[in-house]
Amino acid sequence: MRIEAIKLSKNYGSRVFALKDVDFKIDLKGMFAIIGKNGAGKTTLIRILSTQLLPTYGEAYIDGIDVIKDAHKVREIIAAVPQEARAIPWLTPIQTVLSYLMWRGLSYREAREKGIEALRTLGLDNVENEKNRKLSGGQKRKVLVATVLASEAPLIFLDEPTTGLDYLSRKELWSLLSKMKRDRLIILTTHYLEEAEILGDLIGILDRGKLLDLGDINSLRSKMEFPYSMKIYDPNFTLDFSGIVKRVNDGVQVFTNEKNVYQIVSMLLEKKIKFSVQEVSLSNIFEFLVEGGEQNEEVLEPGNSINTG
Amino acid sequence: MKRYWNQVIASILVNSIYAMVNYPVVLINTLLAPLSILAVVTFASHGTLLPVAALGALIMNMVQSGTSMQGDLSHLKNDMKLQDMVVSSPTSAGTYILGMAISELVYSIPTIILLLILNFIFVKITVIGWITILFDMLLIFTFSISLGFFLSTLSSDIVQSWAFSGIISPLLTTIPPVYYPITYIPYPWRYLSYLSPTTYAAEIAQNAAGYVHLGTLDFALTWIILVAFTVFIFVIALKKSRWREI
Repeated sequence: MRIEAIKLSKNYGSRVFALKDVDFKIDLKGMFAIIGKNGAGKTTLIRILSTQLLPTYGEAYIDGIDVIKDAHKVREIIAAVPQEARAIPWLTPIQTVLSYLMWRGLSYREAREKGIEALRTLGLDNVENEKNRKLSGGQKRKVLVATVLASEAPLIFLDEPTTGLDYLSRKELWSLLSKMKRDRLIILTTHYLEEAEILGDLIGILDRGKLLDLGDINSLRSKMEFPYSMKIYDPNFTLDFSGIVKRVNDGVQVFTNEKNVYQIVSMLLEKKIKFSVQEVSLSNIFEFLVEGGEQNEEVLEPGNSINTG
Repeated sequence: MKRYWNQVIASILVNSIYAMVNYPVVLINTLLAPLSILAVVTFASHGTLLPVAALGALIMNMVQSGTSMQGDLSHLKNDMKLQDMVVSSPTSAGTYILGMAISELVYSIPTIILLLILNFIFVKITVIGWITILFDMLLIFTFSISLGFFLSTLSSDIVQSWAFSGIISPLLTTIPPVYYPITYIPYPWRYLSYLSPTTYAAEIAQNAAGYVHLGTLDFALTWIILVAFTVFIFVIALKKSRWREI
């Protein structure tokens, strides 16, 4: 599925930019995760692409179809669950899915069959005739996911589908989304960076309406000056190298490049100091891009001859 | 065409059938408002205004469909985000609204049946009179549904939506001469009542039943004004309502 945005912008009045000159072109099957802080423009972008909102200016295309001018054609191939969408409390899960599928044009019989199948896939078949209001938060969210899953739309938009769920419910939904993304494109917004890292085949980082970066986790890492994170369990450790050091509870956290990692590791092994080393996480990349790596007041300036003691 | 009707039926299922099946108590809700005013007017007039009030209750029921739809749409749009889900689907605004409008009629089927029985018993109307009333009801229904849709797209939360309903209902049904003949309103207040389209709808119905007499010119003028009100609000609803937000 190809998606293209050209100078996509949305402003409210002359001063408030929800989205500013967003450009990207993707051709993907899987999960495109859009991350950003609250107010970064994630929902605005997803609402424009899913034809719910008109941009102030710019263009967008889904599989070559103009999102702005040919919205009715786009709507044939997309399905969306908006942020804060709720399963209607007076309906049952099967009634929820069935009616949504009928809005997509399916007959009652077809909709019912597909609805039952989708609810079974999401493990909701035992509660399909309960009223939605009696379901748990995770189950209610799954009912909404079931509606778009059953639609068999090749492009699905999920705006913060796991917000407010406990960790286990989120993990359960991640596993379902991992299965769902195999044969379609899912565009998901989230502020859980772990979620984007686990699910996202492509990750877009938005900040204050601008797209800061776009790529898979490895390509995002490769653009980092210091793509490795080391934890050294000795608060008084001192060394000379190029990188960034943060004080943490039981030692120091070091961000550095591959060459320095080898040197530091051999030095630590020699001095028998405990340490761990890993590639930087999406959370680290996000901090550097959005917060400029200065979120933590304990951060020391990057450069040579850093005394961690 | 079949696909279109599936989409219409989806709105009817969600907004009336499933609500009635899952919570039968909602059926009483639609009965109460038209019947309570009918009862008050009937008792206060010692029964003399029962036929006029029975016709008025039909008009109120049609207007109530619009105000109810306004509340329902607003709730589904703002609290459930259902409208956004439907916007991102092949269903068009017109199809969604047609389904929702029919759903309001389905909701009030018990009320309509009861009111028709009352009218058949107490109001002596010719076949042509009934046909006139049918068109009259369709017009005022279209008016109220268009107004309801327009206001629902403007309201950003349910509290605002309740405020709209609270304003529309008395202005269109309780204050204007819907449950009683317009001759009961003294001048200059009578002129004010002509600001409401329901006054014209009531005059047409009362004329068809023989409770007021409209001359040919008045009769034509009343229809023209009612049609104009309806077309005006229908066009406004089409042009100004926000399906896809800007």
